[in-house]
Amino acid sequence: MTPMPLLSIRNLAVQITADQRSFRAVDGLSLDVPRGKTVAIVGESGSGKSVTAQAIMRILPKVGRIAGGSILFDDPRDRHPPLDIAALDAGSERMRQLRGGRLAMIFQEPMTSLSPLHTVGDQVTEALKIHAEVKENEAKERAIEVFERVGFPDPKRALVTYPFELSGGLRQRAMIAMALITKPALLIADEPTTALDVTTQAQILDLIRELQADTGMAVLLITHDLGVVANMADDVVVMYRGRMMEAGSREDLFRRPEHPYLKALMRAVPRFAMKPGERLTPLREVKSAALAPGGRPVAPVCPTERVVLQVENVSKEYTLRAGWFSGTKRVIRAVNDVSLSLSCGRTLGLVGESGCGKTTLSKIVSRALTPDRGRVLFDAGSGPQDVHALSGEALTRYRRTVQFVFQDPFSSLNPRMTVYDILTEPMKIHGIGTSDERFEKAKALLDMVGLDRGSLRRYPHSFSGGQRQRVGIARALALEPEVLLCDEPVSALDVSVQAQVLNLLKDLQKALGLSYVFVSHNLAVVDYVADTIAVMCRGHIVEEASADTLFRDPVHPYTRALLAAVPDPDLDRPLDFLKLRNDRFSNPDAWPEPYRLVEGDSGRMTALGPDHKVRLMSEAAPEIEDKAA
Amino acid sequence: MIGFLVRRAGTMAVTTLIISALVFFIIKLPPGDFLTNQIAELRSQGEAASAAKAEFLIRQYGLDLPVWQQYLVWIGVWPGPNGFSGLLQGDWGWSFEYDRPVTEVVGDALWLTLLINLVVVIFVHVVSIPIAIYSATRQYSVGDYIATFIGYIGLATPSFLLALILLYYTNRWFGISIGGLYDAKYSGQPWTWPKIQSLMSHLIVPTLVIGLGGTAAMIRRMRANLLDELGKQYYVTAKAKGLPPTRALLKYPFRMSLNPFIADIGNLLPHLISGSVLVSLVLSLPTVGPILLAALKSQDQFLAGFILMFVAILTVVGMLISDLLLAMLDPRIRLGGGK
Repeated sequence: MTPMPLLSIRNLAVQITADQRSFRAVDGLSLDVPRGKTVAIVGESGSGKSVTAQAIMRILPKVGRIAGGSILFDDPRDRHPPLDIAALDAGSERMRQLRGGRLAMIFQEPMTSLSPLHTVGDQVTEALKIHAEVKENEAKERAIEVFERVGFPDPKRALVTYPFELSGGLRQRAMIAMALITKPALLIADEPTTALDVTTQAQILDLIRELQADTGMAVLLITHDLGVVANMADDVVVMYRGRMMEAGSREDLFRRPEHPYLKALMRAVPRFAMKPGERLTPLREVKSAALAPGGRPVAPVCPTERVVLQVENVSKEYTLRAGWFSGTKRVIRAVNDVSLSLSCGRTLGLVGESGCGKTTLSKIVSRALTPDRGRVLFDAGSGPQDVHALSGEALTRYRRTVQFVFQDPFSSLNPRMTVYDILTEPMKIHGIGTSDERFEKAKALLDMVGLDRGSLRRYPHSFSGGQRQRVGIARALALEPEVLLCDEPVSALDVSVQAQVLNLLKDLQKALGLSYVFVSHNLAVVDYVADTIAVMCRGHIVEEASADTLFRDPVHPYTRALLAAVPDPDLDRPLDFLKLRNDRFSNPDAWPEPYRLVEGDSGRMTALGPDHKVRLMSEAAPEIEDKAA
Repeated sequence: MIGFLVRRAGTMAVTTLIISALVFFIIKLPPGDFLTNQIAELRSQGEAASAAKAEFLIRQYGLDLPVWQQYLVWIGVWPGPNGFSGLLQGDWGWSFEYDRPVTEVVGDALWLTLLINLVVVIFVHVVSIPIAIYSATRQYSVGDYIATFIGYIGLATPSFLLALILLYYTNRWFGISIGGLYDAKYSGQPWTWPKIQSLMSHLIVPTLVIGLGGTAAMIRRMRANLLDELGKQYYVTAKAKGLPPTRALLKYPFRMSLNPFIADIGNLLPHLISGSVLVSLVLSLPTVGPILLAALKSQDQFLAGFILMFVAILTVVGMLISDLLLAMLDPRIRLGGGK
């Protein structure tokens, strides 16, 4: 007889009633979490995976209630028969003891999950003080121990640190410390790494695994990232619209997926091992009615030899004043001596972690910011022109040819404008066409991005995230630009929709001969769309190569770390957690020679091959250069 | 911290200076002044002797000087007919209408005004915060609707009307005359215990009347703020820790929702002073509101100027207090990194 699982969910149903509409967010879910194991729940947003977690913790929002089924929790600490959490009163004393004490939870957004007004120490010790009879001093000592365990560089200082003083990774560590301080039997991690950079993600995942091995707690991991699942889970449950689609061991599911939904989900995620020219298959295919409306030729007009955008030694510095009460100033080199070029009809991928300067760079290119040094050249076919010297008519023309696609489709569309207004506004501003012509153009734009023509009168809130992003792309195309600056265009989207938008961007490029600057922190996504990739770190471009060269033969330690940190949904390519343990790869000071960049040295790019460049320290001797090559 | 205070003191001084200039020149904008109007009237009645006295006063207070000089004399950086004697030296000037120094005219009224408004501020907060918390945590419940309904009525009722109604009914039902801030027999008397008692019983109605609109507005705003905060992730975190509901609520979302109100302290005091003029008139409260109104009407320039300056300084100091409190309560402001 197999031992009783720690948590055993049977036929769980959660009913959500909002705005007179009632639906089952979770419908007949059954799963077991064995002791000391990790079970992953995978699904798109709206699949009911987070609701399941909230049901286990009994912190469902007011509109939701458990409509049936049982959640049996067999606490190894007490000898009583398993307790049915679903039958408890959510506000009862018993449930409050479990919550945070025996069942702990960490959340997706480490930025907002901690109160900004209280110190980390206060919030962490509080968890302990609720559940155990401890004195202030003991609680503090325990907190310091836990901070040390989760990898805070200075555990004592952490006690009096406020969350906003910490990086995203450290905040998530603080959340984990808060969950662990009571030594729970089950840790529920709801998308614990989705909001983090890849390298930080790898470290946090590593930490969770280690802690699990130490303490023997079970983990219920909720994620939409199949790569994370492949690296973390023992068992996997796939959910879709509140129902369980498929469940089984990780081996079974990844090697022999049965359910069409799981198979489709796997095909929708960009992977490194994709064959050249292989196309992602979105879960729900969206067809563009006409990619190139009348007037624009289907074949790209511009020859790839023509360099559309040339960024030359651009630098941008920011001066920060540290705070209200102290007048010290810090200089941040957001962009440091960056040179790049984008050929006509191609895609330049710009990869790096948050804060590396990629967004600043894209703003300089669009002339939203002026660089301190260097220049940006733009060539529309009549010879290169300095973008920041443009004025009058030439500037207006430049603004038409370079358009933005933003990261967050929710905040980048004005909620008070209809899609028609959104799509025609750029044309109105530039005085293009009559009202009738603009109407025709707006319809054509919707055809291009695969939205129904009836959408014109609707407002952004009535669209899903993916549809909104397509409206955003249509708006960018309204002025018939030549260059699109895509700033993390899919990172706010669900996996299933990511594929749709990426494919749309690729199709549009082919049909309209567009050139893209594609900014992203997701290497797999960049690999899928980009021809050339530039890796950025602390304002420097550290390595630049064609996509296949970069992935086949990465040279720079930072590029290697980035590549190693991406969890691949392929069981044969597990993350090398050991390699990612040290935290030094995003610090130019700590790179090994000849890559090390000390303060004040921005190094120089050295060619390793026809389309492969890497940044070396200025004094690197030629023989070292050869070695690097 | 000290550097910050010095910087703030500097900007406060400049602000006050600019306000004083605005106040003086706006009072001076209508042609003539209290004395010239009076002289014209006296002359038309043929009382040359009184007119001569008024002309003496004009010279005495430098009202025959150019306006900019008058201003500088008023604030005390230009020698007037009596040498340097202005606001900076503590000489608040002469009220022509009352024919007494401004100090005497305003005197008690100033402190009583501050007292009433302090009581009102406390009343507004003590009443509205619990109601707002109740109504936010039970959004769309019957209790929430009732609180909201009463709030709207409070917002919509003109306070002077309420004052009149209460004036009539308290007298009819309880036999208390609520006009004034204490019984007529105490006026001009020194402060004794019975006088203070009388003051306290007289304070109840004005507090209710003046505070009602503010309470209603505060309930609405506090409720909205708190509702925003209740949806935040950190509150879920607090609940997931197993914190008892009330503690979780008060420690996290409630504290966050207080920020805008602390930021408002600077506006609160002057607003209440100017906002309660009508009520003060109806209830014949001896506050500065009605005095200010009369002074502005009759162009009694030193009296009006002083009261306006007093309100301005109250605002500026209130702003400083609220900034300091905010910095104390919100580490994001104190440590300045908050993004």
